[in-house]
Amino acid sequence: MKKTPLLVILAILLILPLVVKDVNFQHVMLMMLIFAGLGEAWNIITGFAGQTSFGHAAFFGIGAYTSTVLFYKFNVSPWIGMILGALFAGVVAFLVSYPCFRLKGHYFAIATLAVAEIVKQLFVSWDYVEGATGISIPVVADSFWAMQFHRSKIPYVLIAYGLFVFVLFVAIAIERNKMGYYLKAIRESHEAAEALGINTARYKLLAMIVSSMLTALFGTLYAQYILYIDPFMVFGLEVSMKIVLLTVLGGLGSIYGPIIGAAILIPLSEYTRTLLGGTGKGIDLMIYGILIVIVVVFEPRGILGLLRKRSRRRINYGKSTA
Amino acid sequence: MLAQLVVTGVLVGSVYSLVAVGLTLVWGLMDIINFAHGDFMMISMYTVFWLYALLKWDPLVSLPIAALVAAMIGLLTYRLVIKRVLNAPGLMALLATFGLSLFIRNFAQFLWSPNYRFVGESILSGKRLVISDVIVGIPQLVAALGSIGMTFAVALFIKKTKFGKAVQATAQSREIAELMGVDTEKVYMFTFALSGICVGVAGTLLSGIFPVYPESGAMYGLLAFVIVALGGFGNIWGAFYAGIMIGLAETIGGFYLGTQFKYAIAFLIYLLVLQFRPKGLFGW
Repeated sequence: MKKTPLLVILAILLILPLVVKDVNFQHVMLMMLIFAGLGEAWNIITGFAGQTSFGHAAFFGIGAYTSTVLFYKFNVSPWIGMILGALFAGVVAFLVSYPCFRLKGHYFAIATLAVAEIVKQLFVSWDYVEGATGISIPVVADSFWAMQFHRSKIPYVLIAYGLFVFVLFVAIAIERNKMGYYLKAIRESHEAAEALGINTARYKLLAMIVSSMLTALFGTLYAQYILYIDPFMVFGLEVSMKIVLLTVLGGLGSIYGPIIGAAILIPLSEYTRTLLGGTGKGIDLMIYGILIVIVVVFEPRGILGLLRKRSRRRINYGKSTA
Repeated sequence: MLAQLVVTGVLVGSVYSLVAVGLTLVWGLMDIINFAHGDFMMISMYTVFWLYALLKWDPLVSLPIAALVAAMIGLLTYRLVIKRVLNAPGLMALLATFGLSLFIRNFAQFLWSPNYRFVGESILSGKRLVISDVIVGIPQLVAALGSIGMTFAVALFIKKTKFGKAVQATAQSREIAELMGVDTEKVYMFTFALSGICVGVAGTLLSGIFPVYPESGAMYGLLAFVIVALGGFGNIWGAFYAGIMIGLAETIGGFYLGTQFKYAIAFLIYLLVLQFRPKGLFGW
């Protein structure tokens, strides 16, 4: 992978929200960074290793709830909560991986969906975390330590950017490392990978844990930004699906995929919401939904597929044929 | 008490089965995960509701119309969306049906608001059957019997008719079926319509029991995914038994552990059973 386009994208993502003073725009950029990061994290288990997870909301929600409960009940800094949330998500990923990895293909995908729904139901009826009511995070004075900033969105954007870059580099490191090759071998053929002596169980487990821990990081940031969480919001199927949608739309298994997908879908969803969401009639989601359909119908290979096709000739010159 | 729970569970499960049968047909044949399946059902429920509200039609009278409406939506979905993404890589089709689901659900909300609507008076409403200490609501009983009947009809249709055989052949190999002269395009189209009919019938039978609102198909759609996988993809009878099983698990588990956990229990059953049968109860 060439470095220049990625560095250009990273520079744009950093400079744009700092230069444009419009708060709506900053909000959209923030959500874009969060969801691009979630997409990168999800890509590790689904794009690289080929194990489709429909349940990543579980890890996102665990991240959000861990830091929120610690902050709300014990006044622990969300930064510490973020790390603990990631660890906790990793433990849950480890525990659910054993029953889920026995299943293949769609069976696995539906199992992850089931896990996320179970976790959601548990949180809905768990009084300690306020059940279905959700938790309003206590508002405190602006501070980095409390991860709360009320005067400007810029600090949130910077944190999101930092997390995004971190996740991006973890994903790139995995992709370039032997782990990346192993995961892709597993994706292409589980049997062949096994025959080559790859410990498929171990690498899938590792990918799942890393992916879930990275997902949880964003849960904390999201909670501190919105200052309110409930189980439907953070554990909902909508969260899992949004991650799936934007990554698949952008390009599954590619570092650029989630960035492209998020850059299209998140502004689409946020702007339709701000423009049309006030009516309470669901026009925003209606338009969002139909636009997804239109994009997919006209570009069924994903945006990256389209770009690749256009520039195939050039790429082929660069690479000797495999 | 247990007898009552079992009866209730089987009744609920039968309707789940029919919803899942519609889903498994498409899934088994085309490997398409239709996220909008539950929303097709919701539209059929609204059809029944409006025929009732405006013309005072009984749900059982509007059944063919509601089924037809759902079939048309299935057909249109295939023609306008699925056909174009059928050969696209991996999850693209899922993306399309998810977008479609968002659209249909919010379109319903736009047209009819998120409020709950009820089909009040129908021929069946309020009637019930008491056998020793077990109480069976007639609407529930009719819904269950209708669902079982429909499931039977679909299974028979797929097994016995020429069209059904074409469906089976296409499911096994599209290329070979085409070489044998099967118009697979037609097979796909009509299977989508048939899937719509299943869910339309299920929706109609539920509309006398269940409130009608834009999200009313959502949970059924989600449970149908689990049921389809539990039964084994593309397996009609698998979906049938799995549906009953989920209905039982939900009712009995919900009673002993609290109704707020009933769906969690259903999902847990899925995870547990698949530990022993990783390709579903009746999967190959």
